[in-house]
Amino acid sequence: MPKINDYIPIVGDDTIEELKILGEKLKGKVVQHINSTSVGGGVAEILNRMVPLMSELGVDTRWDLLKGGEKFFNITKKFHNALHGISIEISDDEFNFFLQVENENAKAINFYGDVIFIHDPQPIGLITRKKDFDKKWIWRCHIDVSQPQENVWQFLKKFVEMYDIAVFSVPAFAKQLSIRQVLISPSIDPLSDKNKDLPEEVIDSVFEKYKIERNKPIITQISRYDFLKDPVGVIDAFKMVRKYVNCQLILAGNTATDDPEHDKVFTAAKERAADDPDIHLLIIERSHNDIEINALQRGSDIILQKSLREGFGLTVSEALWKKKPVIAGAVGGIPLQITHKYSGILTHTVEGTAYWLKQLLNSPEYAKQLGLNGHEHVKNNFLLTRHLREYFLMFLSLYHNTDIVRL
Amino acid sequence: MPNPFHFYTRLNLTELLGRKAKNISELLEGIKAVPGSSIYYHTHRFLQQHHFLSPEPPNDFAYWVSNILQEEKIGEQLAAVDIIQFKKIHDLREKFISIIEGYLKTKHGIREAPASSEFHFMKSVTFVIPTQYVANNLAEFLDAVKKISIHSIYFHIFEARLRLEKGNNDFSNWLGNELNEAELAKKISRLDPYTQTLESLRQKIIYLAEKRLNAQNK
Repeated sequence: MPKINDYIPIVGDDTIEELKILGEKLKGKVVQHINSTSVGGGVAEILNRMVPLMSELGVDTRWDLLKGGEKFFNITKKFHNALHGISIEISDDEFNFFLQVENENAKAINFYGDVIFIHDPQPIGLITRKKDFDKKWIWRCHIDVSQPQENVWQFLKKFVEMYDIAVFSVPAFAKQLSIRQVLISPSIDPLSDKNKDLPEEVIDSVFEKYKIERNKPIITQISRYDFLKDPVGVIDAFKMVRKYVNCQLILAGNTATDDPEHDKVFTAAKERAADDPDIHLLIIERSHNDIEINALQRGSDIILQKSLREGFGLTVSEALWKKKPVIAGAVGGIPLQITHKYSGILTHTVEGTAYWLKQLLNSPEYAKQLGLNGHEHVKNNFLLTRHLREYFLMFLSLYHNTDIVRL
Repeated sequence: MPNPFHFYTRLNLTELLGRKAKNISELLEGIKAVPGSSIYYHTHRFLQQHHFLSPEPPNDFAYWVSNILQEEKIGEQLAAVDIIQFKKIHDLREKFISIIEGYLKTKHGIREAPASSEFHFMKSVTFVIPTQYVANNLAEFLDAVKKISIHSIYFHIFEARLRLEKGNNDFSNWLGNELNEAELAKKISRLDPYTQTLESLRQKIIYLAEKRLNAQNK
């Protein structure tokens, strides 16, 4: 696991020095994260990397888990889908069972932190203990709640408004609430296997493994085979462009065994590709996932993320970090990562995607500038160090009530 | 002995106000109602997040009106608001209000933003922290300006002038009042920081200070 000083060559002394100053100001405070799983999923991935760095910076940070059985997690999965706007029936019994498990956990968990940092809806009900201690409570929402199923949101809102702060990843997820709402985007770790620099031989070997010759421009979309990532639309856009420019397409996703739609979407993409030798549909094994994805991105000329819906869409930052020009759907958190025509291209349709692909393939200097601007934007706004800084500032803001705070 | 200049830097935390606009009338209502720190945020966000770009993208209001509502004429008018002319957030807010009100008087029918492309009002909480750099004279000032982070330059040039409403940037205030360098102070306050990157702004301040220092040493 990297140490905080390992980030100095990437973000500079100043940024790390600022984190150390903030860590010093928070000395003595204990931050207690609570979520529902220690492995798998974005929240656990972020916490696994952040908790050791926060502690190294002098902020005593610990992590506890909520306990719940299969029935409980089936109910919270329904909450999750309903918050994403999918119409789903949740019975009174299920709401009551959820409350019962929250109560059991609220009694069993030792709330030792000065700041209790609750992630996502599963442990949201622990806030009922707020009245028993003098502590600060934060609810961190990692999911898209812009168009939730109303009854589920209203049920959860009663808890949300008991917190001191609610944290959202994207402005569009903000709600009319009686409490403070903070915007903190997720981040990529520049030192992880998915993002670190790779020697040219490693990149070459991955392309050789998948039998892709780098003899003409390569357009790549990295995403699991999911209708919302629109792989068929990507193939259609590619075919429009290839009439005029000689190029090839890579679609690469991992083996999502837990997604029942995966096979259906992969088959649809395969049918649309129709054995075209310039379209490479890859399935990357999970064990090789990170390095191979990294190599494919680095070996490409243009990266697409033509999503129809996105929680945040961090693959865009991953590609921009590698200085690649990115064309992406203007959904979820993608417009935060790309300012149209400055640090990438935002599109809404297959035709728009084809149009911009053609433009960038024919204007490589402009495409290169977009990638360079995008890299700077990610460096300033979407690296793990920015994420740590904003968490520290938010903790400090719990103890100050003004818009300008002199530390 | 002049009072020394202490260099500070600033860090921001963004807050969501939970208020959104889906057309220009709602944008106007929002601009009238939000706190001053929100007007400051939406006129300086691009500068903070894209400080390496020149020319700068415009303020958030102009960007949204031009790119989302596709109302290019008023978008251009909003982009052209010359922020450097304003010494108070209140006056800057009034300027945006008068442009939009003027536009609405002549306009029949207004455009709605596509779903999920509404304007979301935000504000920032600023944390001011001291740096290790202190200057007692022009030579030390020059030396520090070469070393401080661009965030420190940002704080003393932008936040001091408009957010803290000191009327002028901190560098010019100190050079003029403590070192009696009225001419140099004037030259620095005449630089338009909104039309260049922070790095090129730093280079210009260094150039002006070096020139003055060389003249003193002759």
